[in-house]
Amino acid sequence: MSKPNATAVPTASRDIKTIVNATLKRRHAAERRFRWYGLLAISLGLIFVLLMFGNIIGKGYPAFWQSYIQLPIKFDAAILDPEGNRDPHAIENADYAALVRTGLRALFPNVEGRVELRALYALSSSDAPLELRQQVMAHPTLIGTEQEIWLLASATVDTFVKGNIDRQAEEDHRPIKDNQIGWIDQLQATGKLKQRFNTILFTSGDSREPEQAGIRGALMGSFYTLLVTFLLSFPVGVATAVYLEEFAPKNRWTDLIEVNINNLAAVPSIVFGLLGLAVFINFFGLPRSAPLVGGLVLSLMTLPVIIIAGRAALTSVPPSIREAALGMGASKLQMVGHHVLPLAMPGMLTGSIIGMARALGESAPLLMIGMVAFIVDVPKSFLDPSTVLPVQIYLWSDLPERAFVERTSAAIMVLLAFMILMNGLAIILRKRFERRW
Amino acid sequence: MSTTAIATDLGLKPAATAATASRSVSSVEVTDYDNRQTVGKIVVDNAKMICRGVNVYYGEKQAIKNVSLDIGANEVIAFIGPSGCGKSTFLRCLNRMNDTITTCRVTGQIKLDDDDVYDKSIDVVQLRARVGMVFQKPNPFPKSIYENVAYGPRIHGMVNTKAELDDLVRDSLERAGLIKEVEKRLNEPGTSLSGGQQQRLCIARAIAVHPEVILMDEPCSALDPIATAKIEELIDELRENYTIVIVTHSMQQAARVSQRTAYFHLGDLIEIGETDQIFTNPKHKLTEDYITGRFG
Repeated sequence: MSKPNATAVPTASRDIKTIVNATLKRRHAAERRFRWYGLLAISLGLIFVLLMFGNIIGKGYPAFWQSYIQLPIKFDAAILDPEGNRDPHAIENADYAALVRTGLRALFPNVEGRVELRALYALSSSDAPLELRQQVMAHPTLIGTEQEIWLLASATVDTFVKGNIDRQAEEDHRPIKDNQIGWIDQLQATGKLKQRFNTILFTSGDSREPEQAGIRGALMGSFYTLLVTFLLSFPVGVATAVYLEEFAPKNRWTDLIEVNINNLAAVPSIVFGLLGLAVFINFFGLPRSAPLVGGLVLSLMTLPVIIIAGRAALTSVPPSIREAALGMGASKLQMVGHHVLPLAMPGMLTGSIIGMARALGESAPLLMIGMVAFIVDVPKSFLDPSTVLPVQIYLWSDLPERAFVERTSAAIMVLLAFMILMNGLAIILRKRFERRW
Repeated sequence: MSTTAIATDLGLKPAATAATASRSVSSVEVTDYDNRQTVGKIVVDNAKMICRGVNVYYGEKQAIKNVSLDIGANEVIAFIGPSGCGKSTFLRCLNRMNDTITTCRVTGQIKLDDDDVYDKSIDVVQLRARVGMVFQKPNPFPKSIYENVAYGPRIHGMVNTKAELDDLVRDSLERAGLIKEVEKRLNEPGTSLSGGQQQRLCIARAIAVHPEVILMDEPCSALDPIATAKIEELIDELRENYTIVIVTHSMQQAARVSQRTAYFHLGDLIEIGETDQIFTNPKHKLTEDYITGRFG
């Protein structure tokens, strides 16, 4: 086979130009085809990304705006402070809902009858009296005065104003009745119903009432969880990477450890959740739903990622730097501490940030340790029950109200923004400290 | 043409004399290629390092076979030989840089003054402070020029004040002949210098800790002729204060800078002697073949 056959000689001696030209067209066509495949693949990917973003942003954008109704509130001293001694306890427990009702009746004096009135009162959110109480507690001088105050409208009103309830539908088939529509139209005509920026979304915890539900609780939960994760997995991960790469003898045991670390990175995350439930909660008796436990579980998941990225960063430091340090009489630890680790740090940080971003988006293992509970209060420590952003999204996506649909998308947008931020940081770090030898 | 003429010409055209050299067989004492007994005087009067019966193994493979030689104080000794002959391996035994290779095993005795280099009581940190090293490829730390030179004195705690350190850094740079070029840019990264300057920076870094011996592993192989000439000049000046062991691929360089030369061949020390003698009057056939450019 290796012997050149006799006929090859005349072929080879033929003009090389014609031989090459004969195949040239085919080669160029193959190249063009390949380019088209590439373009097609990229366009498909981009289309789906755009579809996803378009869908999420389109759905979630309205959630950043919320309907408010301007009501003339009479801070009646007879209701708020019947004794007249400004007793804070009495003021706190006064009937603020009555103030809201009076305000609504003042706007629509012609409404009568229990059923009609109840429909009228339903325009305002159940948060309105709480808001009034807060204002009065902060400024007791309000008592006895009359003010125009913007108060939160109910979620149904908000949904209707945003055009998500069909006006033409039969009255029985929509959550908002004809008379309510009439009042809303009247309020809008007089400029007493407006969309304002939805600060509640960012300042309050979860709620059963969509207009009062916010992601603050989930954000703080995510923050505490990730803090625990970072504080645990970064030092341990870096130390492990340095030990395995620089100090550990290369033998069967270290090979075994290495294989296991690589396997650990591929373990489905829910398994870590089960492990966390069995070990941290059932065995060590740590509290359920706590960011501490969530952080511990996510650390287990992030550790292999950081170790693998860290080792890759360490191996990319050229051996000549190590030799230079050793040749100067640096001890091994000095060589690592003064030269190798600083050079590997950007790579390690990049790996860690990407690992943390993954941990931020993780929900499955946290379901297992009870971070899926409905929690209204914003957590204030590592031990307070809380939930995290992805789990909050999961919880809201389960709820039937239209207003929660847009909130789900809004929460996804916030989560995506954090992801982009973290990945951007990783890219900046890499670009900034990248070194070439 | 005699081998004397070969050495004189060495700087220009060693290969051209190969054919003529074969005629001067009579001047060689050992003509047997298989005779691997070291030819020449291995002992010197004022030895700084004494190596006896050194064997180096990489796993199963023996890289250095029973090598004995002395390195005199304040001399430049050149190790020459074809690629893979073990000259770098042997050099790295002198400050135990081979320790980092897990499969590497060294037997025999190497003494620095009266201390056994491979004795358990000797810490490599102390040894490498006494036996500095300059590598083939300039490898300054990716830090400032100042920090590069200050690193050694700092980790060994040689100075107490910033002023002392400043003086030491300037002095080292001066002795490495680099001060004029870098005076104004001590805070620029060492990697911003040219190749030759980087190598002199590495020499400055090595002499900043006042070692007794400096090992140079083909220090000029990555440099152009002008930078090489500067380094060679520097080596000559440094001889006053240090003992220098240089591994080189260039016979011309060995002839120019060293007082003694050792010729290695496949792990054996074939011949050692005064540089003049090695290049003008080699005693072993292998040495002669190598310096006349028959192989290598």
